[in-house]
Amino acid sequence: MIRRSNKPVFWSLFGAGGMVSALIGPMLVFVTGIAVPLGFLLPHDALRYERMLALAHNPAGKLALAVVISLFLFHGCHRFYHCLHDFGIHVTAGMKAACHGFAAAGTALAVYLLLVIGF
Amino acid sequence: MPAPNLLNRYTRPMEGWWRRNPFYLWYMLREASCVFIIAYALVLLCGLYRLSQGEAAFNGWLAALATPRSIAFHGITAMMVLYHAWTWFKVMPKTLPFIHIGGKRMPDAAIVTSGLAAAVVLSALLFVLVWSGRS
Amino acid sequence: MTTTRIIEIECQRFNPQTDSEPHFQSYQVPFSEEMSVLQGLQYIKDHLDGSLTFRWSCRMAICGSCGSMVNGVPQLSCHTFLRDYFPDKVRIEPLNHFPVLRDLAIDQTDFLAKLESVKPYLIPDTEKTPAQGTYLQTPQQMDEYYQYSECINCLLCYAACPQYGLNKEFTGPAALALLHRYNADSRDAGSAERMEVINGENGVWGCTLVSYCSEVCPKGVDPARAINQNKINSTKDYFLRFLQPRGGK
Ligand code: SF4
Ligand code: FES
Repeated sequence: MIRRSNKPVFWSLFGAGGMVSALIGPMLVFVTGIAVPLGFLLPHDALRYERMLALAHNPAGKLALAVVISLFLFHGCHRFYHCLHDFGIHVTAGMKAACHGFAAAGTALAVYLLLVIGF
Repeated sequence: MPAPNLLNRYTRPMEGWWRRNPFYLWYMLREASCVFIIAYALVLLCGLYRLSQGEAAFNGWLAALATPRSIAFHGITAMMVLYHAWTWFKVMPKTLPFIHIGGKRMPDAAIVTSGLAAAVVLSALLFVLVWSGRS
Repeated sequence: MTTTRIIEIECQRFNPQTDSEPHFQSYQVPFSEEMSVLQGLQYIKDHLDGSLTFRWSCRMAICGSCGSMVNGVPQLSCHTFLRDYFPDKVRIEPLNHFPVLRDLAIDQTDFLAKLESVKPYLIPDTEKTPAQGTYLQTPQQMDEYYQYSECINCLLCYAACPQYGLNKEFTGPAALALLHRYNADSRDAGSAERMEVINGENGVWGCTLVSYCSEVCPKGVDPARAINQNKINSTKDYFLRFLQPRGGK
């Protein structure tokens, strides 16, 4: 009897994160990391405090923020331990758990902060 | 003379395998994008934390984003995520069952193109959404 | 008249009785326009060095025995032509990731065990007698598996796959593609038996979609596709089993 892998759970999260980051990732990085800070194509105040607070107060906005942060982390962390394997490092069950745990912790923190910010 | 060992086998070691073929280098570049995606998620998480602390803290996060080091980091990240996106859609046909329309199998190029088109449309929407909120 | 030119062929040599490591040996081979790399090797064996060991049979990309690394790329040597490399030299090595028996001959034992593990034969629900007639299939049902049935077991895909190189337990491209070839066949009812191989850590989950296997396959099998289609099937199987009655398959 071959033991069933638990990859389906983490691969689904990896796939969902890969899809979201492929669809909007480049634009998101460009907007928050380049265009707005430089005032290039977008004004400096596009990410101003009141606006971002309103986004975080809005239920749909909350969901979007949580989904982006969580799925990016699960996507990245899953691929990261495969990278270690590719570099010839033996990936133990503990290392896998640490990778997925890191993503889960990031998700929990994001959800907590979104609750603290309130509605 | 020792008895010949006919079962002696040679197996090439895997050290540095990714340098054997440019195809592998591109693969490793794709996989390396994960580090940048994780880092970017942490930047956003940090922003969310600063947002929860109030206006002054959040403005500090915005100011940090405008430093040359941050711009350089986001420049590289944007390129890596873009490469991730390109490879993601390029291999998308391999991850899907065959799609038959009117008795014909949907060509791979059509699947890749629809993925890329969806990315362009959604990215444009996101840009307009951010742009529409200027004061 | 075909002109004869001279090309340098560099072969990896390994003698299990005397060597602990392989080395390279160069030969100057006269060749004409239509000569394949395999014919270059045959020239060496016939005229320059009878001790050079390599496998071949059909000379027409059908038997799958002549695979080797040609300038670092897994190729059928009968399907690769010297003219495309001239005036540079051609470097020929045994297929990557397999134990080398002698010179260019590799040991495929591991692959054969994997091939057997995927039950590469039709397992029909109820066997029909000839009197009951033939199994019918629509063109679309045939399309589901046909490309995967074109595999000639040449192992170029294993030589292309770093995941197989890094983890010899991985079932690997051709065996998984053949697994899917039978699972996707409407005449087959054996997928439940093969699911165990798919679902394991060394089944489809050993793949990271490097997809070089599909690039080098001389038969258009696209093993990366067979494997990754089954990541979805394995995921469905993983979650849907919770919805099924206890003891259900
Ligand atoms: S899948 Fe292609 S490359 Fe692999 S053994 Fe079969 S024919 Fe050869
Ligand atoms: S000799 Fe048969 S495939 Fe090349």
